[in-house]
Amino acid sequence: MTNEEVWKALETVKDPEIHSISIVDLGMVEQVDIRDEAVSVCLLPTFLGCPALDIIRTRVEKAVKQAGALAVTVEFLRHPPWTSDRISEAGRERLKQFGIAPPPRQMPSGAWQVECPYCGAVRTVMENLFGPTACRSIFYCKQCKNPFEAMKPVLISR
Amino acid sequence: MERRDSAMSEKPIHFHPDGQEALVELLFQLADDDFLLAYRGSEWLGLAPHIEEDIAFSSISQDTMGHAAMYYQLLEDLGCGSADELAHARPASARRNAVLLERANGPGHYLREPRYDWAFTVVRHYFYTQAKRVRLESLTKSSYAPLAEVAAKIQVELHYHLLHWHTWFVQLTNAPLEARTRMTKAIQDVAADFAGVLTLGAKGTDMVQWGLIDEEKVLTETTIAALAPAFTEVGLEWPMPFGMKHGNGRNGEHTPDLDEALATLSEVYRAVPHAIW
Repeated sequence: MTNEEVWKALETVKDPEIHSISIVDLGMVEQVDIRDEAVSVCLLPTFLGCPALDIIRTRVEKAVKQAGALAVTVEFLRHPPWTSDRISEAGRERLKQFGIAPPPRQMPSGAWQVECPYCGAVRTVMENLFGPTACRSIFYCKQCKNPFEAMKPVLISR
Repeated sequence: MERRDSAMSEKPIHFHPDGQEALVELLFQLADDDFLLAYRGSEWLGLAPHIEEDIAFSSISQDTMGHAAMYYQLLEDLGCGSADELAHARPASARRNAVLLERANGPGHYLREPRYDWAFTVVRHYFYTQAKRVRLESLTKSSYAPLAEVAAKIQVELHYHLLHWHTWFVQLTNAPLEARTRMTKAIQDVAADFAGVLTLGAKGTDMVQWGLIDEEKVLTETTIAALAPAFTEVGLEWPMPFGMKHGNGRNGEHTPDLDEALATLSEVYRAVPHAIW
């Protein structure tokens, strides 16, 4: 197998709860190693308490095997910490298509400003810092009157 | 065929043998603290003051349980037993969590008339999260690299927990009448046991000597400095001194509340020890 083939297989592994975005888009794939036909994939967990990690592990094993690997090992690394800056440009677009605002890139001092993924307005208010999953918050758009979710900015230096 | 050498393949799972005892002790404190408080937090599911809080508190408890799992994993890597077993099967006397964190949320029972105390919960979580933030800051410089890495990861998540509890702390304490009275009482109640969170226990000196964490005195002063501005914000006197009214959990002293918590949380594990989680 080539590195390219493995990455292509990883592109097909979607976030279990946001079907438009892959673990590659999310920046979870830190490293891919190929020795003979055995592939090892190192992933960064977004949040440590995330219950989707085991599902993701199983799906990665399946996808890479289907692409031709004889053996696949998946490891979740403790280092470096995943940050929301790792989400790719394509990933940010795909989040919006799913109705989720991508995380602001830089943490402005104090509150963060989030654009409505439906109408693009900045007149939005945070309803709840915590949403249906650890990585998302709930917002409301004052312009188009839609509630929506936003990925939390998760950055290292504060 | 492309091939890249993995930089991560060699996991350091040993510390200097003489320092290992202090390291294991510290990891048990960190793991048990997060584990017990996450459990107490999860007991609020369906009972929190409003639906948004139910969601937020569940998220926070889930994160915190994830943090405990990482510390138990570090212990497993050091040959202390499986992480699941460490979390579920150890008796109260082997636990190293601060007593403050095991105390019940209030009178009553989860299934029968839970009369849980929200003021106590808010103050306990706010104080604990500040102390945890200070500890994590120190741990990111720990001489045990796997611990330093885990601490850095947890640190980025903790920001939101702190923001959450600070908001509740200030808003409830600044609210008039009953809210303020209950918060004032809860602060006294939490302070009476908070020294138990701040202490590193009997092996604290060894932990410092091996470069695992900063001195207890430094950590305590930094935590107090972090909590003080909130007291100015709400116009309350500082509740000094902190005590260990219900015992020192770092030395294995615990209350019947812990026995009850362990019996409940480990019920499924004990029924089917080989279940896959």
